[in-house]
Amino acid sequence: MRRRLLLLGTVVVAVLAVVAVLATGLGRDPAATASPLVGRAAPDFTLGGINGPAVTLSKLRGQVVVMNFWASWCTECHEEQDALDQTWQRYRDSGLVLLGVDFEDTSDGAKDYMHQSGLTYPVVEDKDSKTALAYGIRGIPETFLIDRSGRIVDRIIGRVDADRLAGAVEPLLKGGTE
Amino acid sequence: MAFLGTYGLMLGLVLSVGGAVTAAVGARTDRPALVQTARRIAFAVLATMVVVDGAMLAALLSNDFTLRYVADNSSRETPVFFKVLSLWAADDGSLLFWNLILAGYVAAVAIRFRRYRPPTFPYALSVLFGVQAFYLLLVNGPARPFGTLAQAAADGRGPAPLLQNHPLMAVHPPFLYLGFIGFTVPFAFGVAALLAGTGSDAWVSIIRRWTLLVWCFLTVGLVLGALWSYSVLGWGGYWAWDPVENVALLPWLVATAFLHSIMLQERRGMARLWNIALVIGAFALTTFGTFLTRGSVLSSVHAFAQSAVGPAYLTFLGLVLLGGFGLVAWRLPMLRTPARLESTVSREAAIVGNNMLLLAATAIILLGTVLPLVVEALTGDQITVGGPYFQSALAPVFLLVLVLAGTAPLLPWRAVNRERAVRRLRLPVLAAALVIVGTSLAGLRDLYAVAGFGAATLVLVGNGQEIASGLAVGRRHSGVLRTLARGRRRYAGLTVHIGLALLAIGITASSNLAEQTQVTLRTGESTVFADHTLRYAGLETDQQAQRVVLTARVDVSGSGPLTPRMNLYPAASEPIGSPSIHRGVLRDLYASVISLQDDGNSATFRFYRNPGITWLWIGGVVMALGGAAAAWPARRRRAEEATVAAERRRQFSGAGVV
Repeated sequence: MRRRLLLLGTVVVAVLAVVAVLATGLGRDPAATASPLVGRAAPDFTLGGINGPAVTLSKLRGQVVVMNFWASWCTECHEEQDALDQTWQRYRDSGLVLLGVDFEDTSDGAKDYMHQSGLTYPVVEDKDSKTALAYGIRGIPETFLIDRSGRIVDRIIGRVDADRLAGAVEPLLKGGTE
Repeated sequence: MAFLGTYGLMLGLVLSVGGAVTAAVGARTDRPALVQTARRIAFAVLATMVVVDGAMLAALLSNDFTLRYVADNSSRETPVFFKVLSLWAADDGSLLFWNLILAGYVAAVAIRFRRYRPPTFPYALSVLFGVQAFYLLLVNGPARPFGTLAQAAADGRGPAPLLQNHPLMAVHPPFLYLGFIGFTVPFAFGVAALLAGTGSDAWVSIIRRWTLLVWCFLTVGLVLGALWSYSVLGWGGYWAWDPVENVALLPWLVATAFLHSIMLQERRGMARLWNIALVIGAFALTTFGTFLTRGSVLSSVHAFAQSAVGPAYLTFLGLVLLGGFGLVAWRLPMLRTPARLESTVSREAAIVGNNMLLLAATAIILLGTVLPLVVEALTGDQITVGGPYFQSALAPVFLLVLVLAGTAPLLPWRAVNRERAVRRLRLPVLAAALVIVGTSLAGLRDLYAVAGFGAATLVLVGNGQEIASGLAVGRRHSGVLRTLARGRRRYAGLTVHIGLALLAIGITASSNLAEQTQVTLRTGESTVFADHTLRYAGLETDQQAQRVVLTARVDVSGSGPLTPRMNLYPAASEPIGSPSIHRGVLRDLYASVISLQDDGNSATFRFYRNPGITWLWIGGVVMALGGAAAAWPARRRRAEEATVAAERRRQFSGAGVV
């Protein structure tokens, strides 16, 4: 009996050890992955606009840029649409540019969606995904915050939240031009 | 549809929990009526799953973009065929499909034991329902396949381009699932034997037959996966030692070990503990594989979408390991067997060797697959383990497996009669030696390649000789067919070995003798490769509803043209290539387009000459057929069941008279 209990104890300890090691793999939150881009100058680009003129990032220097990678097929993106609209309406007159970057999408699909959802901020088209590659996109939606000096200060993987975005944007807007 | 699906899943969960409890109580209190009720619940769960999967299918086919899953994995332009495949093309949907197959297995067990009910049956039914309850819990909480969108999407994304590029997607995943999920049945009967505590070995033949069936499915699934990789991905290979591939191979290796070691228990009463541990291990490995590939552990683009699934899988894996091996520890006295090996040169010893080697291969692959995870857990560093590790570590192990597969069937049980053994081994060893000398003289310098061809010859000739001599003797006495029927298990096993040899030839030839080249050709230009002149004839464009197909036509001297393609999907930044293959008995000629320049007036191709690949597919088919022949119900068992039925009838008619 004692031997059996000992053996049983060994099994329990071994299994718990295996589970513990595997559990560490779960602890990683991909959304929290530190991006090597944070703190660096945002890679520049010029992309054609879908609902307006072409946009060159470096020409927006002096303004705070919220850059959101999205696509019309991305259901997660639809769900963050309200938060982005709110942010745009609230801060557009205080020196914020919200820029949608349409990723792996068709122009027609994007236009249809923008028309339906009443999206009003400028959207550009990343036709060959070069910009997405330059920013190391893992999946969409992904949102980058760029300060007035053109430096990336934050990267949000997954859906954005209006309050979190406001909390991140306001200090940047107050920071003035560096 | 969302309503039907959501409530169907809830109903299924309630039924499964009810079934598990009913069967368990029926087993503990020995009440056949309860067990009969549990059997009926199995059919109810299956019916519910059919309705739920049907609801998802209907949603996919009717473009119901209020469902998130449909919006994410289908689109208006997706052809109907690929809309159907979307049912299992992504995580949430495939869990529905998983539940359907599992419910099918539970119902199959309920049908199989409708009359003949071994004492392990009610316990096994309870375990099966328990596993089903877990997978249903998963789709009722952490994963929500019928989750809806606040605002219906106008159109969906469509399936991932890679998954809508080849019809093999229709058969590869279902076979793999049949294999993977099927391990639940042997596991359930193994645990049932431990729970029931019957000292008898009656569970052995039940588990053996189900494991064989599942092994066949998994064999076909793995081979189809390799065929898909080869025919779709365009890199000229078929196995990349990707974690998702590895975790499918692990339970296959353990099940193969079990199918050999089970003979020790059947014939000699040995290895009872070992066998039950293998059955539990195989199921634990399938659970581990599911956790690793679906639990968001591996880096994945959409890992953030489902963070709750991983912990659920891990908890389940913990329960399986604890429950399974805990029970083994608890029932240890029952599992002890007295028999010992009598000789180191005997069938038993060879089987022990086979098990050691197969488990060594399992350990090597497991280590390479989890090492990055463990290292990251301990040091925070990210590492990858690549193909060279697996190839160099596994080549010697698999070579020895081949040597055993070629010689062990020629060795007698217990102890060897040296003279007889030498006589039977003479021809196969001679043939292998000839091949080794021949390939060396022909200029083959790679040690493993030479040894691989030699060992495969040993297996082919050794097992072929056994079949031939058995049939020759049989023909004189009772006729070929009757001999085959009587020795079905033995001939089936030898056939599997022959399939293995063909597979080994394919792998050895393709991984050691392949050639490749990369060239850029302008329209009308040609190059010489693998004894053919290859001329780029030009580009054709075909605008299809869901994609644009660019076909580069390459005229091949002495045979038809090769037509590798590039497919442009709207939702993909890079074009998805489709290779073009001239398959042959001796070698395949394989072409991929790497890039197009100058409006298609210039194209960069990669051409491969892959010898022996066809034998890999043939070998896989032969192995699966052999396995199926071994699993086929024996006449004796049918007779047994007929006796049971007759006994019942007698009892009942007797009761009627009274």
